[in-house]
Amino acid sequence: MLILNCPYCGVDAEESELSAGGEAHLKRFGPGSSEDEFHDYLFMRENPKGVHFERWRHSNGCGKWFHAARCTQTLEVFGTYSAQTTEPPKELKDAITAKRPGWTWREYE
Amino acid sequence: MKHYSAFAVAREALRYHTGWERAWRSPEPKKKYDVIIVGAGGHGLATAYYLGKNYGIQNVAVIEKGWLGGGNTGRNTTIIRSNYLQDPSAAIYEKARSLYEDLSQELNYNIMFSPRGVMMLAQTHHEIRGYQRTAHANALQGVQTEWITPERVKELVPIINIDGPRYPVLGALWQERGGTARHDAVAWGYARACSAMGMDIIQQCEVKGVRSENGRVVGVDTTKGSIDCDKLGMVVAGHSGQLAEMAGFRLPLEAIALQALVSEPIKPCMDVVVMANTVHGYMSQSDKGEMVIGGGTDAFNNYTQRGSFHHIEETVRALVETFPMISRLKMLRQWGGIVDMTGDRSPILSKTPLGGCFINCGWGTGGFKSIPGSGWGMAQLMATGHSPLTEAFTLDRFKEGRFIDESVAAGVAH
Repeated sequence: MLILNCPYCGVDAEESELSAGGEAHLKRFGPGSSEDEFHDYLFMRENPKGVHFERWRHSNGCGKWFHAARCTQTLEVFGTYSAQTTEPPKELKDAITAKRPGWTWREYE
Repeated sequence: MKHYSAFAVAREALRYHTGWERAWRSPEPKKKYDVIIVGAGGHGLATAYYLGKNYGIQNVAVIEKGWLGGGNTGRNTTIIRSNYLQDPSAAIYEKARSLYEDLSQELNYNIMFSPRGVMMLAQTHHEIRGYQRTAHANALQGVQTEWITPERVKELVPIINIDGPRYPVLGALWQERGGTARHDAVAWGYARACSAMGMDIIQQCEVKGVRSENGRVVGVDTTKGSIDCDKLGMVVAGHSGQLAEMAGFRLPLEAIALQALVSEPIKPCMDVVVMANTVHGYMSQSDKGEMVIGGGTDAFNNYTQRGSFHHIEETVRALVETFPMISRLKMLRQWGGIVDMTGDRSPILSKTPLGGCFINCGWGTGGFKSIPGSGWGMAQLMATGHSPLTEAFTLDRFKEGRFIDESVAAGVAH
């Protein structure tokens, strides 16, 4: 069972205590954007086999949304971090690079 | 290819079974093929088979990273039905179901198709309305289904508890001509027939790159060397995203794990397939007597072919309330498969931005039942550039808003 540490209440929450919220750091496109941008925003996901940044909600706990970095190939959890950010913290990215050299995710690496 | 028959069994019995030959050859790849299909699962092999049978294209290679039929073809719960709401879905799934009916004879390989009937239980008032609507739609589409009462459900499935407190059975959508088949045999039967036509099935050969010139595919790089082709078909389910990346385009897919499990074998107790979508559980009894149970999907991206245990627990808990007699069954095995989910939960059978390259993916949780129809349509698309079966399932439908919306919210067993 996946265990994620909630960065808000500090609890090591089991998967059944959490709700998955899909890919993180989506850049939102709305009125005024091009068809391609809107299409990619709605449907195109990174879907990597490897390092994945995603949103979770501690739904049966403190109720807050947060971010997690996880490997979709091994289910290894690299860490969790606040939802109040547009990209993963540098320490976390460095820690991932140490374990998975060469990973990429949109504009981050 | 030697013909399988009762006579052949008797003949071989008399000579200590020394005369059986391998069902398919395992050749080394040639330098060039007219068509390369990536993925030797049911869909890939069916595509190759109908390319050869319907269009005479027999210079074909089917290449496979692992072993034949070892992905989702060998991991599903073998249910075959075509009771879909939308016209394009009903057309391709009904084509598949009707091809399954005489597939054993056609392939000379017993796929053990058992049209035992598929029942989808309505356990909420929303489901009653939804399934009655589907039954009416099916009548217009020429798909034989009917809405049945709880009493009729009880008559067909005596072990069911129709008046449970949490999940009462309020009726069901009944497709008498749906059923199950032996999943491995479907892949093996197609493989044998493809091999007999002279096609090469190359296992343990992983694609490492897709080569193109002037916007058109010219070949693939594999762990067994470079192979040239005129046309390329990608039929790799969960790993479609990785393969598309090699070909230089992206797909609107996410890979997640779907689970199933089987119980110890017991005496025959249920001779239809029962699906309960409210609780994301479905159950049928295999010929060996095992209860085959399908569960729900995990909510997060996953490539590990194993799912979360608590989903199994939820499925089994709900099924025990609906079928009280299974409460003491021991479960023998549990496994997961990687399903590729699209935004509208319908598949993609389409040309791609790369010329000569075609994609068949996104079957999500419902791929097995569609194997012959998917292969038929994909072969037509690859051979002629157009197929009425696949025309609605294009890659650009998401951009154009032409969704084939089969219960988007369900995400499983739609």
